[in-house]
Amino acid sequence: MSATAEVLPPGFGEPDAEDLRQADLPPVMPIAVSTLVLVVTGGIVVAAQYGRPPKLTIPVILLGMAAVLLLVNAVLVLRIKEFARPVFHRVLGWALLAYVVIAGILEYVFIYDHTPGRELALFSAMLVLFALDVPLMLSYSVARWQPPDAA
Amino acid sequence: MVAVVLVGLIVAIASNNLWALTFFHVAGGGLWTSLDLFLGLVLGPIMGSLTIPARIEFTTKFMPKMLLIMPTLVAMTLGAGFQLARHVGNLEASYPHHGWVVASYIVVGCMAVIALGLLEPANLAVLFELKKARPNGARIQRLMKVFIYTAGITGVLQILTIVIMTFLASR
Repeated sequence: MSATAEVLPPGFGEPDAEDLRQADLPPVMPIAVSTLVLVVTGGIVVAAQYGRPPKLTIPVILLGMAAVLLLVNAVLVLRIKEFARPVFHRVLGWALLAYVVIAGILEYVFIYDHTPGRELALFSAMLVLFALDVPLMLSYSVARWQPPDAA
Repeated sequence: MVAVVLVGLIVAIASNNLWALTFFHVAGGGLWTSLDLFLGLVLGPIMGSLTIPARIEFTTKFMPKMLLIMPTLVAMTLGAGFQLARHVGNLEASYPHHGWVVASYIVVGCMAVIALGLLEPANLAVLFELKKARPNGARIQRLMKVFIYTAGITGVLQILTIVIMTFLASR
């Protein structure tokens, strides 16, 4: 036996209660990543048309799909029975603060650059979804591995 | 330090100063790329060869710093880069090499999804796992693998971005 194995804590590598609970959790992360992909794709489609009259149909559809997915995800998280909600809310609060600041800086750039009204509205809606989706991902990815009674 | 960088970034954008925008974009991009490649290609394999307690001790001290450094570098590079491109007219759809600019959007979009959807959640989950009275070492190992490999992938995508950016800068 190697020296490494001798210093391993007892039970190392064995599934704990949090590991066992993972199978019961809804697919929050794949849905959240899909939301982010839709928002980013919409942003790329709008940005690629910079300097000419933009066609906004596809970005609006992508935005709508992202909004629906985010809503579904929020409902899925709310319906989880055994979940470390205090930890989830704590991380969500701080992450929201951080991403509202980041989204605020981007919004400031768009306004500063005199982005036309319709594009600005679309970008702003995308930033709102971005600023909600990423904190949801971060807080869920922490809380899913915490015991439900964790403070 | 992070606050100083972010304030500097806002001042650079607000003043539209070409040198400041170029500095934030090039310095941020260079550091971001180097760090990603170093994590994925150098530190990752070294960590894999360490003992579990050594990995845990290293991760405990390393991850909180990464949680601050990486988003700052990303904000610095992308924020200054977008404004710089707008300033020199590279964003316009009429720009002769517009296809290359759109390609860079797509690469950056992929990096953003990987970083925000995989890398950062793994980073944060490791930190909270380490705060437990009895951290699950196997879980930390799994999450650290996600962190290191995704850092490596974004590093490779960064090289692609550098290829595009150097092409555009040389036109």
